[in-house]
Amino acid sequence: MTTYIMNWGVFFEELPGGGEKYWQLIASGVVWTLAVSACAWIIAIVLGSLIGTIRTTDKPWMVRFGNAWVELFRNIPLLVQMFLWYFVIPEFIPPLKRWIVSTNPANAQFLAAVLCLGLFTSARIAEQVRAGIQSLSRGQRYAGMAIGLTQPQLYRFVLLPMGFRIIIPPLTSETMNLIKNSSIALTIGLAELTFRARELGEYTFNFFEAFSAATLIYIVIAMTANRVMALIERRTAVPGMIVGGGK
Amino acid sequence: MHLDFSIVTSSLPYLWKGFQYTVQLTAIAALGGLVFGTMLALARLAPTKWLANTAAGYVNLMRSIPLVLVIFWFFFLMPEILQWMTRADRPVQIGAERTAIITFILFEAAYFCEIMRAGIQSIPKGQVHSAYALGLTYAQAMRLVILPQAFRNMIPVLLTQTIILFQDTSLVYVISATDFVGAASKIAQRDGRLIEMYLFVAAVYFVICFTLSFMVKRLQRKIAVIR
Repeated sequence: MTTYIMNWGVFFEELPGGGEKYWQLIASGVVWTLAVSACAWIIAIVLGSLIGTIRTTDKPWMVRFGNAWVELFRNIPLLVQMFLWYFVIPEFIPPLKRWIVSTNPANAQFLAAVLCLGLFTSARIAEQVRAGIQSLSRGQRYAGMAIGLTQPQLYRFVLLPMGFRIIIPPLTSETMNLIKNSSIALTIGLAELTFRARELGEYTFNFFEAFSAATLIYIVIAMTANRVMALIERRTAVPGMIVGGGK
Repeated sequence: MHLDFSIVTSSLPYLWKGFQYTVQLTAIAALGGLVFGTMLALARLAPTKWLANTAAGYVNLMRSIPLVLVIFWFFFLMPEILQWMTRADRPVQIGAERTAIITFILFEAAYFCEIMRAGIQSIPKGQVHSAYALGLTYAQAMRLVILPQAFRNMIPVLLTQTIILFQDTSLVYVISATDFVGAASKIAQRDGRLIEMYLFVAAVYFVICFTLSFMVKRLQRKIAVIR
């Protein structure tokens, strides 16, 4: 009878090559997960705000462009998008292709993963931003126009500051989705947390310990992101408005 | 660059088999996830503390780790669990395709649970009270009064979740199951035709998901009018 033998000390054993220990393997995975997530988050929040905002303007072509953007990224599986960014799109851009061939594969994987996750998440954030702006009472827009604000000023000083505060809770869950989705980058070979956990399992057959560690780390990251967003929500709260943020 | 889509037409029968598995996996996971998810939702709303906490713990755990990691977990754990259950001599291998089905049912249950919980909580308290006043038991009240209404109210959300599930099933690629994406990538790598194949796969997914979500939106409007 073969049974599974636990060995929690595996993290402090050395890799076959020597020098590094297994916990360092996992730690390097965490760094990649956080780096990809952070860079993609910046792209997502900038593009998502932009696309979400133009979907609330009165220019039909802008609204249509925004809608097309959201539908495009929402209706193709993230895995397939990852393949498109890594294998397909560089073929159509020769200078990019030349850079990918010459550089360290990790750089190319990182770039593809960041663009893929950033644009995918931007479509989801755009949806939240649009909903946030449209949930504001009509009076806010009219009041802004009545005091003579131009369209950009109206968004800059009235609609966006209020809209963003409203959508902090859904943005929190999008942030956590982004961190979870970054694991899909392992399909193009990026050595992020899940990739490293599986690698540890394959080297040592201690899959249980490896996946437990990864699970625990994902939970810790998610909880930290949650706390940070709750803090932002409380810090930016407008007096007199109802706020959550775990008080 | 020269695109040659003949690779797609020549491998259509194989791709179709992969696609059928994708649809099958989606359907089974959606139905299984709905049944198991509804039970989880009832457990979460139960007055029994330990039951509610266990269900909540399960749902929160599933929702806080990546699907890829969940797939790896089950791919590794399933043979061990089956060995323990059947008292076999060695871990029982059931293959990537069947592992994926069990994984997706258990994973989706967590998401369907949250939808059904919202649905159940959206039913006015008076419905429950009047059901009890008629002398229905808890099981009868749930089955005949609460759940049908909760389910009906949540149909658009459940369908949207199923479209997301349809896309997520592509992740069985990581355990080398031959779903639509798996079939396409196997052919693509064999013949070195990644570009044409992945563009084709993306187009197929886009057309299907776009059409389905458009239909869900229309259904939503229709239901909204009736209510």
